[in-house]
Amino acid sequence: MKIWVPMDSAAKALGADDVARAIAREAAVRGLDVQIIRNGTRGMIWLEPLVEVDAGEGRIGYGAVTPADVPALLDGRLNSLGPVDMLDWMRRQTRLTFARCGVIDPLDLDDYQAHGGLAGLRRAIAMSQAEIVKEVFDSGLRGRGGAGFPTGIKWRTVSDAVADQKYIVCNADEGDSGTFADRMIMEGDPFTLIEGMAIAGLGVGATRGYVYLRSEYPDAIRVMEAAVVIARQRGMLGPDVLGSGRAFDMQIRTGAGAYVCGEETSLLNSLEGKRGTVRAKPPLPALEGFMGKPTVVNNVISLATVPVIFEKGAQHYADFGLGRSRGTVTLQIAGNVRHGGLFETAFGMTLGEVVNDIGGGTLSGHPVKAVQVGGPLGAYMPVSKFDTPMGYEEFDQKGGLIGHAGLVVFDDTADMLQMARFAMEFCAVESCGKCTPCRIGAVRGVETIDRIANGDPGAAALLTDLCETMKDGSLCALGGFTPYPVMSALTQFPDDFATHKEAAE
Amino acid sequence: MLEHAPAPAAPSPAAEEIRDVVRPFMGLEGPLLPMLHAIQEVWGHVPQAAVPVLADLLNLGRAEVHGVISFYHDFRDHPAGKRVLKICRAEACQAVGGTGVAQAVLDRLGVDWHGTTPDGAVTVEPVYCLGLCACGPAAMLDGRVIGRIDADRIAAELGVSA
Repeated sequence: MKIWVPMDSAAKALGADDVARAIAREAAVRGLDVQIIRNGTRGMIWLEPLVEVDAGEGRIGYGAVTPADVPALLDGRLNSLGPVDMLDWMRRQTRLTFARCGVIDPLDLDDYQAHGGLAGLRRAIAMSQAEIVKEVFDSGLRGRGGAGFPTGIKWRTVSDAVADQKYIVCNADEGDSGTFADRMIMEGDPFTLIEGMAIAGLGVGATRGYVYLRSEYPDAIRVMEAAVVIARQRGMLGPDVLGSGRAFDMQIRTGAGAYVCGEETSLLNSLEGKRGTVRAKPPLPALEGFMGKPTVVNNVISLATVPVIFEKGAQHYADFGLGRSRGTVTLQIAGNVRHGGLFETAFGMTLGEVVNDIGGGTLSGHPVKAVQVGGPLGAYMPVSKFDTPMGYEEFDQKGGLIGHAGLVVFDDTADMLQMARFAMEFCAVESCGKCTPCRIGAVRGVETIDRIANGDPGAAALLTDLCETMKDGSLCALGGFTPYPVMSALTQFPDDFATHKEAAE
Repeated sequence: MLEHAPAPAAPSPAAEEIRDVVRPFMGLEGPLLPMLHAIQEVWGHVPQAAVPVLADLLNLGRAEVHGVISFYHDFRDHPAGKRVLKICRAEACQAVGGTGVAQAVLDRLGVDWHGTTPDGAVTVEPVYCLGLCACGPAAMLDGRVIGRIDADRIAAELGVSA
């Protein structure tokens, strides 16, 4: 009998390790022949720890399982969810990037290959650099970290650059609240990221890669480091990638708790061992990146999506989506929501469908008040904008941004003035200090919001003006996008700002 | 922030000990952060004595090394308490009552953010997202993640009476 118990952080945070130990203990007492596999998560976080049992009839799910449930689980008396693949949450998805996550043993390279792994890299090995870049371009893949820049164009720039050394740098500094897709794939299917980076290396002529992984993710660091060692032992990395005669190797580097290092130029400085301050662009990192050399800087999900594009073909990927947003979006549904987790689907579903239909509304049962889409720098979307389709341009037109596709749901108890203040406070704490609009503006922003709270009638206009300055004058998205949550809160939820005024009067 | 809790006496390692810890990283591209992590792993903080050693090894100014250490939230200039509790303050955890839970924990321990209990048992730090946004409020105790926390759960984990 095979039993899967996730080793994903979210599952562990909800007791998966205790459940795995209880199963091992109980099985030993009963003399049962049980193989316990620690998989990634399927993404249904409200059901974690989600245990799957295969006693010969496919993988049957049980969740959320506690150690006390284990005797009943092994007796076959515990109520099951049925076959996991048949659950509504799973059936409604288009799992391309996350096809293997939660299915395989994350550190079993044979299991990885048995589920389509390495097919993309093998195909890329048979292609020229230009063909590899064209394939990515044709897929329509855009940067999943938030900026949405076409990945193929970035790769082409690096590929065309002439240099003695080029680099692939993976941005795994997933600091945005409400996002966990990077963490999930690194913990649940690390080889797909390694494979994507190797394909990128072949495509642009880079032989070295780095994953800059935030220190807040110790479990992901452990899994990625183990996976790199295995990949090297098995010839997936090294001087002769899968016998291609071409070299690519990589290292995992740990961040040090600075949110701004998720910005690509700040990340590069940090990787070089400097203060994580933002660099002015140009020069583009594609031409002068890590160590001043041409560098591809891509988000985890962008790179982890590359293998499936090469496995199934660019057209297959591009056939999903909406408008200029091609392929799938890995939605992370979080905050005050009944069914939170990861849901991968073609671009195009509306915000309201995601929150109410997929997410099941709020956890508290109160009405939804706002949804922050795209992390701490994303706008608060009111219910009146729930018809906005999930797409880069579609969100832009509604004054928002998709970012890394994290959605944080708030119920009617949320105080939007406090959320706006928090956005400014966070920007002040995390500002790298290089540019004045961000460094000083965020501090003034907190003060100005406090003035609004204290009933100062002129403060709202001042805040609006300050936000304009931050938006236009900041070097990077930290100072430049903090106005999104602040201004969306102010304009979409004026009552929360007015109440304070009246209370003071 | 630490005015009410005396910082535990910081051991001051010899230059040679520091060099031994960081030497394996000399061949890396951009070795400073890996070196600082290694030093903090050994001594629980980055001792002042490390600054001239690193500056010398990497051919940097002392001010540059100091500038890097002080930029990052992770690096401490004095040891933390025996246990380190990080509580998420970010939006997804706020949406499920994280702010109230964090305040209750701080009140129970009698410390502010970044503070250490007078007996040196626990240091409480804010963290902005642990990637546990669908099972918040979230915390991390000595590197171990805990979801759906409340003040009682944290008290139980810390072994302090409610």
